[in-house]
Amino acid sequence: MNIFVCIKQVPSTNQVQVDEKTGVLKRSGVASKMNPYDLYALETALRLKAEQGGTVTVGTMGPPQAQAIIREAYMMGADDGYVFSDRRLGGADVLATSYTLSQAIQSTGDYDLILCGKQTTDGDTAQVGPAIAEHLGIPHAAWVSRLTVTGDGVDACQQLQDVIETVHMPFPCLVTVEQDIFMPRLPSLKTARETAEKPVHILSLDDFPDQDENHYGLSGSPTQVERIFPPENDTVHESWSGPDSAEKLHRRLKAWKFV
Amino acid sequence: MAKIVLLERKCTGCGQCRSACPFGAIDWKDGKPELNAACKVCGLCVKNCPEKALMRLETRADSVDKSQWKGILVFAEVTAGRLHPVALELIGKALELAKVCGDPVLAVLVGSGVGAWADELRHYGVSRVFVYDDPALGWFRADAFAACVEDCIRAARPGVVLVGATSLGRSLAPRLSTRFHTGLTADCTKLEMRENSDLVQIRPAFGGNIMAQIITTYTRPQFATVRYKVMNPPLRREEASGEVTVRPVPKGVAESPVTCVSVVPVPPARTISDAEILVVGGRGLRKESDLDLIRELAEALGGDWATTRPLVEKGWATNDRQIGLSGRTVRPRLIITCGVSGAIQFTSCMNASEHIVSINTDPDAPIHRVAHIAITGDLYEILPALIRRLRGEEHA
Repeated sequence: MNIFVCIKQVPSTNQVQVDEKTGVLKRSGVASKMNPYDLYALETALRLKAEQGGTVTVGTMGPPQAQAIIREAYMMGADDGYVFSDRRLGGADVLATSYTLSQAIQSTGDYDLILCGKQTTDGDTAQVGPAIAEHLGIPHAAWVSRLTVTGDGVDACQQLQDVIETVHMPFPCLVTVEQDIFMPRLPSLKTARETAEKPVHILSLDDFPDQDENHYGLSGSPTQVERIFPPENDTVHESWSGPDSAEKLHRRLKAWKFV
Repeated sequence: MAKIVLLERKCTGCGQCRSACPFGAIDWKDGKPELNAACKVCGLCVKNCPEKALMRLETRADSVDKSQWKGILVFAEVTAGRLHPVALELIGKALELAKVCGDPVLAVLVGSGVGAWADELRHYGVSRVFVYDDPALGWFRADAFAACVEDCIRAARPGVVLVGATSLGRSLAPRLSTRFHTGLTADCTKLEMRENSDLVQIRPAFGGNIMAQIITTYTRPQFATVRYKVMNPPLRREEASGEVTVRPVPKGVAESPVTCVSVVPVPPARTISDAEILVVGGRGLRKESDLDLIRELAEALGGDWATTRPLVEKGWATNDRQIGLSGRTVRPRLIITCGVSGAIQFTSCMNASEHIVSINTDPDAPIHRVAHIAITGDLYEILPALIRRLRGEEHA
């Protein structure tokens, strides 16, 4: 079974600068890490591989520095890794990002299963996974907390409002996983040494089936960020400090009739 | 516009595409097909390629005629026979937006036995309810549900589609927006309509203390998801209005390769979103057992407790306790945050609460700016004292 895991490099803090003019995230100069939710997708892939055989390939769209998270994935046990890096891919929204990844996935091989984390910690949209499935014309299940290989596909268990639903999807298919699916392993020193020389493949738009640059990056994005602004605070508020705060709060809670 | 491209890696040079092409549009070069100008993008070569080496690529239309896309369509989610309350909130918002552009508000129901809800929706000012009711829709498959809503969008041509940011909605909406090659904005906290029918979508962004205002100018429909408890539901009217249109189920439903293994109803759990009073612990807590302070205060007030993302990442609490963009949105009557700094992902999911009290040692913590009462102080001093008072152990 061949599995592709979509991963992303995200800022390790939430203090991120945004270009006021274009509304695009300034990624340079900020410490980065692998999106924590992707670790669960990678762990799921590695466990399925241990059970079923096959390969685990990871890929990310980002600047060349994103190699760091591919290395991290190697240290956890991924077999092969790609960075899809091209200036023309920059500034992509959900449609352009998912399109890029669907093109990239097709240009690297044939996969039975594509796994994604449930969302990223910088965009928080949770939309790219299902959108990739749509571009590839394959079924998907999102927010999956249990995944087992059965017959020609997988059984995926997802919690919806008031129901827990388990569906069977034939390969190829895409699954985004919840963080309770498995506990991610730590990168091992042994694997780190073994994979230190392992190459990370860097692909550009020229390696994709569709090379029309209008379909990628900012120009392939139907949404535009018009304006970036600090959240407005129109609440009338009181500031308290000092040792009598507990007493004052108690009185106020009484006045508000919570006590 | 669309075009056909060849994935050279997959092509075996079998020539079936060339035989299938009715326009003689496929030349042969170095043992591989090459499409010439006669190509009408009919897609027969794609269909006949045994290796799936040919692909049809849709290219984006430059700009749509916006006047052809009118109306605001609300996806009204029904699971386990229950209409999700976010559907009514979206209808409430849609009615406000519709006042600006004069467009009708539409709703679509997809599921098994959902027809009964159509009559209920007619009490909320909806002009038309589209119904896709079939036993095959009795459980959620994103591809099958997308086929129904796609059919509805093609029939009604709405300029805006609003979907609740529930597990189901967030799985469905990206498939639809991608299918229509258009924009989708997740978790909007504010929506405004412009007279030219552009929807102004505002959401917290980039993981920083920043809001982004997003528009989808060139394509239609404009998709947005909104979380539960962000918008206000409209009042139910005594008299019903609007029409119900029952549509045949599109063939995409039967074509779905996804099958159902099991559907287990879970009793509607009380979540932090349902609490009237919430006490929240943040990174200011030094160790896991200190959450007891948060729980004790919650109990003394007759409320529930919640946390921020860092605590969930540390494994101190489960995700269902988390307030924030990757957790839940809450709107209680009283919320007391303790040791919470107040990143936008957190505050945007609780700032509609009626009374907000923040306790943080840092006078500059962003949480103090959204709080009605901002207490600069140590939760380890204030909480025990407050709990004692609430329990009547100490008199004011």
